[in-house]
Amino acid sequence: MMSVRYLPLWITAALLCLLFGIGGWQFDGFASLAVVSNLFSDNAFLLIVALGMTLVIISGGIDLSVGAVIALSGVAVSLLISQYQWHPLLAFALILPVAALFGALMGVLIHVYKLQPFIVTLAGMFLARGLATTLSEESVAIDHSFYDAIAEFGFVLPGGGWVGASTMIFIVLLLLVIVLMHYSRFGTYVYALGGNSQSAELMGVPVARTTIAIYVLSSVLAALAGIVFTFYTFSGYALAGVGMELDAIAAVVIGGTLLTGGSGFVIGTVLGVLLMGVIQTYIIFDGSLSSWWTKIVIGLLLFGFIVLQKVLSRRTALTTAAGGTAHG
Amino acid sequence: MTTPSLVLELKQVCKHFPGVKALQDVDLRLFAGEVHALLGENGAGKSTLVKVMTGALAKSSGDIYFNGQNCSFASPAAAQQAGISTVYQEVNLLPNLSVAQNLFLGHEPRRFGLIQHQKMQQQAQQLLLRFKLNIDVSAPLAQYSVAVQQLIAIARGVAMSAKVLVLDEPTASLDSSEVQMLFDVMRQLREQGVAIVFITHFLDQVYQISDRITVLRNGSKVGEYLAADLPRARLIEAMLGKELQQLTHQAATTTPAVAEPLLVLNNIAVKGSISGISLTVAQGQAVGLAGLLGSGRTEVCRAVYGVDVLSQGEIQFGGKTLRLQQPADAIKAGIALCPEERKTEGIIGPLSIRENIMLARQARRGWWRYLPVKQQQQLAAFYIDKLHIATPDADKPIEQLSGGNQQKVILARWLAINPQLLILDEPTRGIDIGAHAEILLLIKSLCQQGMSLLVTSSELEELVAFAAKVVVLRDWQKVTELSGDTMTAPHIMQAIAEG
Repeated sequence: MMSVRYLPLWITAALLCLLFGIGGWQFDGFASLAVVSNLFSDNAFLLIVALGMTLVIISGGIDLSVGAVIALSGVAVSLLISQYQWHPLLAFALILPVAALFGALMGVLIHVYKLQPFIVTLAGMFLARGLATTLSEESVAIDHSFYDAIAEFGFVLPGGGWVGASTMIFIVLLLLVIVLMHYSRFGTYVYALGGNSQSAELMGVPVARTTIAIYVLSSVLAALAGIVFTFYTFSGYALAGVGMELDAIAAVVIGGTLLTGGSGFVIGTVLGVLLMGVIQTYIIFDGSLSSWWTKIVIGLLLFGFIVLQKVLSRRTALTTAAGGTAHG
Repeated sequence: MTTPSLVLELKQVCKHFPGVKALQDVDLRLFAGEVHALLGENGAGKSTLVKVMTGALAKSSGDIYFNGQNCSFASPAAAQQAGISTVYQEVNLLPNLSVAQNLFLGHEPRRFGLIQHQKMQQQAQQLLLRFKLNIDVSAPLAQYSVAVQQLIAIARGVAMSAKVLVLDEPTASLDSSEVQMLFDVMRQLREQGVAIVFITHFLDQVYQISDRITVLRNGSKVGEYLAADLPRARLIEAMLGKELQQLTHQAATTTPAVAEPLLVLNNIAVKGSISGISLTVAQGQAVGLAGLLGSGRTEVCRAVYGVDVLSQGEIQFGGKTLRLQQPADAIKAGIALCPEERKTEGIIGPLSIRENIMLARQARRGWWRYLPVKQQQQLAAFYIDKLHIATPDADKPIEQLSGGNQQKVILARWLAINPQLLILDEPTRGIDIGAHAEILLLIKSLCQQGMSLLVTSSELEELVAFAAKVVVLRDWQKVTELSGDTMTAPHIMQAIAEG
């Protein structure tokens, strides 16, 4: 049973190692710390969004608004810095609570009116994307000494790797989320909601508070991802992050989290994003393949993983039913 | 013994659902250090009362006093906080969490705000030792059998409870040694002054452990008794009431002479469910299926209707062997089913009464041959009149009708295609006593017209009233078959309990 629970995680880890090994065997310089550190810094924003998405999906929900929230927070921050001459830290301090409020609103709608998270966050997605475009249709460039300092900040790994601010932010967030999910009551409540929200309520789980907090966290993490994205591009653009919610969902599923909720691990999601990143890196190293091959491979992987999940959960259900027979 | 103090008192509590009065002016007194049995037939309102008492449902009116203070709990969490914990009838735990997490959810031992997993698992292990359960508490709950899960649910209730512990049918899936273990724990708790509400169908168990008994019937309180002063016969009388007995006499007519068998189940089994079930339903005969929740009643109905595919055995219908892959095959053969879960599997809420009645008829005609509206209206009017469906007009959404009337609409849906065999799974569950009687009489008259029926019901008096014979199920297997003089409610109850 334990092995069944961890099986998707192991498969993802094994695939990651396998692909990395193949790349290293085929191409010079593939199996290097530089490539590994780039995987993290190039995908830091996706990793951060996917952390929040993991929480949401484990609780049995979904958050389609995160891609648009990334764009909105990026554009808003860029405008505040470039046009209104705010200090970046001040801009961040404004945008994060606003994102929290946005998430809380979605959480309240989902809990109070018993609405589908899918449709509520879809509305949130249109709202955020629309707002971002209204703020600025053009890309807004950021030119600020703080951003230069951020870009410089970090340390070199042996072999040419670079651990920058984005990677560090991600690692800190990752540790926080792991502690939250596995060592706090809130984390247990998230799993409880995904297992069976009715039972959870009868067992005294504060369903309202937990649901709202989940969507607040997801929106705040998305806004943070938007900020990290501006570190990467030195600009904010209303059409940034289109479809990124789907990348995040794909990473979560590839990482072994059940879309029906109740089961999954944050670390699996990290492996999922890295696996997608390694596929991309492989295609870049190869040079002859179109970058769309990334999508094709991810599509195939997703098919494989959802079938695997179905098979595993059916087997679990059968063993439970058999266990029940003996006692009636 | 010192004078016990009143812990929880309910005064004139009412709970209304649309179309159903689930609780009507119910009083309940619960003293510290007693085991108080709450008894009544299915649908008497026990579970509703428990839910109102523990904050899972809001009461419509009335007062609840806890430790002398008027209060009503807004949520199960609030009730737990105050010291009332509940083990619900169906295991309400989280299969995806570990045993230890289930035991301590919301009460985990923490240091600096972080859960101490090791300490929690040690405490869980100790707690379960009281129930002689020595299992891996870090494994997911789903791994364990229903009986173990039930014990874990009870252990959670025990661990949480300060003042009041409510056990709703805790022994349904336990064997006798497990039941004795549970009773030992209950006695310990009673010594410690905990008030225990104990709901069960097993009357032996009631007399073994209870101090006092409150009986409910049709959502009202019949009386409160000291267990020692209430003979079993009077208890059963209080639970069953007179109404059904009168009905029994009214409906009891001679069954027609032995007719051709219509449905023959030959040793059928469904993987992971029922096994080795054989029974025969003759033309124009009503056969009852009795047993507790989870005994396999519903599963037999589903198998005959083609919802679950057989893994073994065969179904003969009208002399031919049926190979059912899906309900459509059964309908084609002339079999219809009114399911137990009326709300989710029977009615289509937003559609009108007329549309709900037409569904099966239209499906049989084929969807491309639309039944003219005029003809539909005539048919709907015919059945509304024939079955006394109380509605001002046929175009009202069915979800606005009461439970009894919804049930009649579903019956009309199948009568409109005139099936040879009609399966009714708990046809009278949750409907008021008037509609109840009408449905029973209808069943009777359908039999006389030559239709065969297979009916499950938890209300044994009701089964006895119309069935030619009753098949008793337990643990997904057939226990016995009763007919003639042996077919009485006490006999059936005994068969259900003892096998």
